[in-house]
Amino acid sequence: MTKMTIAVAMSGGVDSSTVAAMLRAEGHEVVGLTMQLWNQRRLAGHEGIPEAVQGRCCSLDDVYDARRVAETIGIPYYVVNHEERFERDVVRPFVEQYLSGRTPIPCSLCNNHLKFDQLLVVAQQIGADALATGHYARVEFDPGSGRWLLKRPVDRSKDQTYFLFGLAQDQLSRTLFPLGGMLKPEVRELARQHGLALAQKPDSQEICFVPGGDYKKFLDAYLSEQGESLPDTAGELVTTDGRVVGEHDGIHNFTVGQRKGLGLATGSPLYVIQIKGDARQVVVGQQEELYTRELRAQRINLISVPHLCEPMQVTVKIRHRHEGAKAVIEKSGNDEILVSFDEPQRAVTPGQAAVFYDADVVVGGGWIV
Amino acid sequence: MRRVYLDNNATTPVLPEILAAMQPFFGEHFGNASSIHHHGQETRAAVEHARESVAALLGCKASEIVFTSGGTEGDNLAIFGVAAAGEHVITSTIEHHAVLNSSKHLQSLGCEVTYVPVDGRGLINPDDVRRSLRPNTRLITVMMANNETGVLQPVEEIGKVAAEADVYFHTDAVQAAGKVAIDVQRIGCDLLSISGHKMHAPQGAGALYVRKGTGLRPMLHGGSHERSRRAGTENVPGIVGLGKAAEMARGAFARDDLDRMSALRDRLEQTVLREVESAAVNGQGAPRVPNTSSIRFDCIEGEALVIALDLKGLAVSTGAACSSGAIEPSHVLTAMGLNPHQARGSIRFSLGKQNSTEDIESALRLIPQTVARLRELSPVYNKAALSS
Repeated sequence: MTKMTIAVAMSGGVDSSTVAAMLRAEGHEVVGLTMQLWNQRRLAGHEGIPEAVQGRCCSLDDVYDARRVAETIGIPYYVVNHEERFERDVVRPFVEQYLSGRTPIPCSLCNNHLKFDQLLVVAQQIGADALATGHYARVEFDPGSGRWLLKRPVDRSKDQTYFLFGLAQDQLSRTLFPLGGMLKPEVRELARQHGLALAQKPDSQEICFVPGGDYKKFLDAYLSEQGESLPDTAGELVTTDGRVVGEHDGIHNFTVGQRKGLGLATGSPLYVIQIKGDARQVVVGQQEELYTRELRAQRINLISVPHLCEPMQVTVKIRHRHEGAKAVIEKSGNDEILVSFDEPQRAVTPGQAAVFYDADVVVGGGWIV
Repeated sequence: MRRVYLDNNATTPVLPEILAAMQPFFGEHFGNASSIHHHGQETRAAVEHARESVAALLGCKASEIVFTSGGTEGDNLAIFGVAAAGEHVITSTIEHHAVLNSSKHLQSLGCEVTYVPVDGRGLINPDDVRRSLRPNTRLITVMMANNETGVLQPVEEIGKVAAEADVYFHTDAVQAAGKVAIDVQRIGCDLLSISGHKMHAPQGAGALYVRKGTGLRPMLHGGSHERSRRAGTENVPGIVGLGKAAEMARGAFARDDLDRMSALRDRLEQTVLREVESAAVNGQGAPRVPNTSSIRFDCIEGEALVIALDLKGLAVSTGAACSSGAIEPSHVLTAMGLNPHQARGSIRFSLGKQNSTEDIESALRLIPQTVARLRELSPVYNKAALSS
């Protein structure tokens, strides 16, 4: 690879730290950047969040770790503040989606609006040729189609392509995912070889700005901080044939496929089949009623192809941990795709993404409606 | 890569003469200035000599100088040393965080605090201070020179307001010391804080002027150091450095230095304004210290500009840094009426005595091209819209 100036998005975790060390060892000019996105102390003391709770996102510890890594490998390092955009483009939509009965994925929004938009601009402005991150995914240029491809990584257990389906061609063309060809244990070993103290730091799992993963507490605390009260979305529990069987205390407490916490004593277990935001109804039913053959996705981004002219046979993931199911996708409207599965799929959830794969290649994706 | 440092309002390098003056006090003369023996007497003499130098710089008696660890401690000692629950304090919206956050803490302790605004040039109106007076006003604390814009506040007028009302007047002169003449009698202040490392002495040494007769409660309790106003063994090398810096800041030599610094600052400012479109000086039209220039560049993220310049060897800064090192819009610039975008697009250039003509020429070779590159890649910059 020719020597480049590369900005590395450093979170203070093992993956991005190793990326910085690798690129530096390869002889590139490396600049470390950490995005300050959310002030964890902000909601402390607000309803539901005790003073002491500290989430992981943008904590001083992580910035400290990233700074130490930069110092160890000898690269300049800077923290850039994007709190305003993060709140506008990620946190607000996250809150609104929950309140309207959907189950959002903030990580994709953050990738689209912050990491591969704001941070990419900063990277270019400071003279970097490319932005590298610690995501497990691969980017390749395909001379045949003239398109930049997003592909699944070698380490399938760490595959993050589901969260990256929104990347446009110009974003992909300036992005490097150096871990795409590696297994996680190899990454940890490399971190150790580079003398990075955090080689054994545990992986982060939860949504970064929601302490302890308790999104209900987060909603309460955020709205109380904003001087807003949680809107009353309490309503009826109804069966699929429209029979009222009980009441619920707010649609944001439910997710499609959920079984526990319905407060209903019935013979057979009931599941949340659908959340009707406008009517404030939570539709419950039997396990088998959770299965559907079709879904519609909107706000489409296509990667491997410029347009979807005719139906295409693909594998579709409908949530991050979904193994993928065979389906046909076809254009069903302006910026809308109809996904028809070969086998019915359980708990298709509005607000999540449907991401289309052709073997290892990400064809594109959209948001389930 | 040639590195040029134009962030002297953050800190300054210790000048060789000052380092030389301090050197013996790390090894050769190491005594505790409170000790009775020869070693203690040596360092006591050095501390008192430094006290006289600082007193001479500020125009007061040596006994009115309390050595501190720096500006933040001086500001805290002045504020918490005189104000108490139930009393009223007047300050401004553009103070350094050492004063601003101390004032907020005062409020949590049961004080009332009035924050006087500034105009578009960053100037406080002494009449606003006068109008804010209340029967229970105990203290007025207004800075002498602003750290971000360099704007000099009308402290003598404010001193008169304080004297008429018979309330204490403290001024944070951290960014003024060594850059303009300071005379506590003319200012009419009761308390004035300075910091060594903003005037080429080392970090960790500062002084608070306390007018004789001022009822000051100590914050640190311990021995009877500093006439029981600040307990703790004196930082002798630091104090010696501060004394030497004070000496160097007086006299004809210092005036020549300041004239040279002011000429370099003006050259930097005027060239940037000429070569970069849609740029303006914050605090234009107000009296300023000779070393500081705060310039706002429309459609620029200041933090990206600071990083880009640093990678090319030029060290400058935006507003105040938060604890993680990230940059938030400056409270000083927003108080002057700048919108958040303008505040975030502002860069502070601050010179020190070590800066040469070549430093400024080198900076001027970098600034216009770097701003142009950032604007080219900026999603919001629209050349047509700006020039129309």
